[in-house]
Amino acid sequence: MTAKSRGNLPPLSLHVPEPKFRPGDVVDYSHIQIPPAGAQARPDEQCTASDTHPLCLDLVRVLGEDHRAVGPWDPKLDAETLRRMLRTMALTRAFDDRMYRGQRQGKTSFYMKCTGEEATSVAPAMALAADDMVFPSYRQQGILISRGYPLVEMINQIYSNRADKLKGRQLPIMYSARDYGFFTISGNLATQYPQAVGWAMASAIKGDTRIAATWIGEGSTAEGDFHSAMTFAAVYNAPVIFNVVNNQWAISSFSGFAGAERATFAARAIGYGIAGIRVDGNDPLAVYAATEWAANRARSNAGPTLIEHFTYRAEGHSTSDDPAQYRSAQEREEWPLGDPINRLKQHLIALGEWSEEQQAAMDRELVDQVKSATKEAEKNGILGHGLHHPFHTMFEDVFEELPWNLKEQSEQAIRERRIKWPEWKDA
Amino acid sequence: MTYEESPVSLSEAPTRRLNMIEAINDALDIMMERDPNVVVMGEDVGYFGGVFRATAGLQKKHGKTRVFDTPISECGIIGVAVGMGAYGLRPVPEIQFADYIYPGLDQLVSEAARLRYRSAGEFIAPMTVRSPFGGGIFGGQTHSQSPEAMFTHVAGLKTVVPSNPHDAKGLLIAAIEDNDPVIFFEPKRIYNGPFNGYYDKPVEPWSRHADSVVPEGYYSIPLGKARIVRPGNAFTVLAYGTMVHVAAAVCAEKGVDAEIIDLRTLVPLDIETVEKSVEKTGKCLIVHEATRTSGFGAELSALVQERCFYHLEAPIERVTGFDTPYPHSLEWAYFPGPVRIGEAIDRLTKA
Ligand SMILES: Cc1ncc(C[n+]2csc(CCOP(=O)(O)OP(=O)(O)O)c2C)c(N)n1
Repeated sequence: MTAKSRGNLPPLSLHVPEPKFRPGDVVDYSHIQIPPAGAQARPDEQCTASDTHPLCLDLVRVLGEDHRAVGPWDPKLDAETLRRMLRTMALTRAFDDRMYRGQRQGKTSFYMKCTGEEATSVAPAMALAADDMVFPSYRQQGILISRGYPLVEMINQIYSNRADKLKGRQLPIMYSARDYGFFTISGNLATQYPQAVGWAMASAIKGDTRIAATWIGEGSTAEGDFHSAMTFAAVYNAPVIFNVVNNQWAISSFSGFAGAERATFAARAIGYGIAGIRVDGNDPLAVYAATEWAANRARSNAGPTLIEHFTYRAEGHSTSDDPAQYRSAQEREEWPLGDPINRLKQHLIALGEWSEEQQAAMDRELVDQVKSATKEAEKNGILGHGLHHPFHTMFEDVFEELPWNLKEQSEQAIRERRIKWPEWKDA
Repeated sequence: MTYEESPVSLSEAPTRRLNMIEAINDALDIMMERDPNVVVMGEDVGYFGGVFRATAGLQKKHGKTRVFDTPISECGIIGVAVGMGAYGLRPVPEIQFADYIYPGLDQLVSEAARLRYRSAGEFIAPMTVRSPFGGGIFGGQTHSQSPEAMFTHVAGLKTVVPSNPHDAKGLLIAAIEDNDPVIFFEPKRIYNGPFNGYYDKPVEPWSRHADSVVPEGYYSIPLGKARIVRPGNAFTVLAYGTMVHVAAAVCAEKGVDAEIIDLRTLVPLDIETVEKSVEKTGKCLIVHEATRTSGFGAELSALVQERCFYHLEAPIERVTGFDTPYPHSLEWAYFPGPVRIGEAIDRLTKA
């Protein structure tokens, strides 16, 4: 088919977004607007949604270049809380490093790190109440760690071993921890968004005081589920916090393929008439403050909030990904918002509440903590070394009760097991 | 636009040995070269070449407006493809994993599949939705499903499942040329090599497999034509995708003289080849990886029963995955492997 030309009208052209830097390119981040810390107004939590809309285009920051906390968004946390935050973020990183290595050593099939994004899960988890329900995506292991979920349980899940509470069914890192207010993770992107709204609506219907919070990557905001969730939350004024973790990359696709060239992700809130905040995702204090603001707002029936965490995915998408194929290695090094762990550490040092020596000692301690949890979990087996779950478990939970076809198939599976793996005695 | 016959007969064409990913890439490349209306789109397919690298190099060669990354929005990807088809393009969207086709389901089922019907032929949606499917790679329940039956249930869609590099190339070319929407499910377990059903027993790689001999340049394999992988008399095996290899390996191991049929396309189905074979052998074994209940095997079984009843000498055997989601750590227990197939063969042989 050839294009029709009409007089001297110019031919139309298609715009296909292109990231600024590809492998080998020199990185120049001067196009990223970074306002000074403390310069953003903090409207009242009860304000109308439109009062927050300037914040959708701004960047809420608390930690300044001098590592001091400034401005109206300073959550004024005490040193003890700050140290706990630092420790939880560092533990999350230590955990990621160990699990990544575990995958490389063949102990499991898959892993996903959140390096550089620790603040976007740890700080919100600390600002929420322990019984608020979270609907995470797959890069919020920091929430479980913040809520004190046992590392051994996390590793059991990752190893799909016999102590895995999910019975070896889920892909590694797709945890579920109802007792910790942590909704079961789906591999299908964005599905948690409307579900979080539904939970929040239910909480409101029941006159409960608990709110819901949910996380999504910027790439996944393109899914229809994201937009349905926003519409429902706006219509019913649901007590929910929408977190968009804008880590710049969705596998190999930069944020431009989710529309970042035209508007910020926080600005999605404007069209729906809900509150929105764009926050420096590598500033744990700013992230904490934004969540606290949104939680207070939701809890007082003032409505939902969308928080965009502007951050950077420092590692590959997953263990199946090699980012060197599609982006400049320099991006990570030059990321202008720094490393959230380092920034918090410097802040505590500036306050005289911490030191490099304490940090080094803590890091050693955390490595040991993760190592011993790993050892503990390994006692329950690793993926591929043994069939850790009785075969009948495969047929459980499909329905509440086992129908005839699954009974038959369960017997078939057990029969096959005796033939295929005679060395395993239990059914 | 109509397409001419293959310019060279296959026996004359020089050949290459390709794995399945390379064959798919080759087919896309050839079709993009032959027809400027062919566009390739999907999550990560552009610069990076797709998470399985099936589109590697295509953007560099054919440009950014013909091979491009899309937002992560399956309803967007398929809905946009419907509009492109209506304009006159031939989009080849990729859905990164078949498990993620569901957000795009409405566009596929209610729109693409019925565009021709509801507009009395004024508009068509000549798209080929490519998607890796099936298990065996420790992908857990969201990277392992075989949802083909769901699509065969939809009037107006064609469903294709290649089982080797040679067919993958020819079938993909035919699918792209087809004026109807086609779902092209690529069995990811055999992207890089065939599979015998034993996760711990190696098989010869594609580089030494006869079905990896792929003619250079353009050729197509018509949709709706099954392939007799191996003629035989004891019973008929109906399979597609990865399970063709597994079933063939088990039959060989058991030394049974089975006639193995690779269906290649589920819709349109080559009922003639199926009928002829079952009439000859009098017995039928159906093998697929998808969940059993209402799986495509149920349709095959009903058809064979309706059309070959008086030739049947034994009950039709169905070997399938279980009626559960795909379990991560027990995936080799879920997989319809040699034991499950072997038992069915024993029953058929004894009958
Ligand atoms: C519905 C659906 N489509 C596609 C995928 C495949 N997929 C998994 S992760 C991913 C990228 C997500 O990027 P983003 O939302 O930015 O989150 P990030 O990984 O950067 O944290 C894609 C395309 C999927 N899991 N689900």
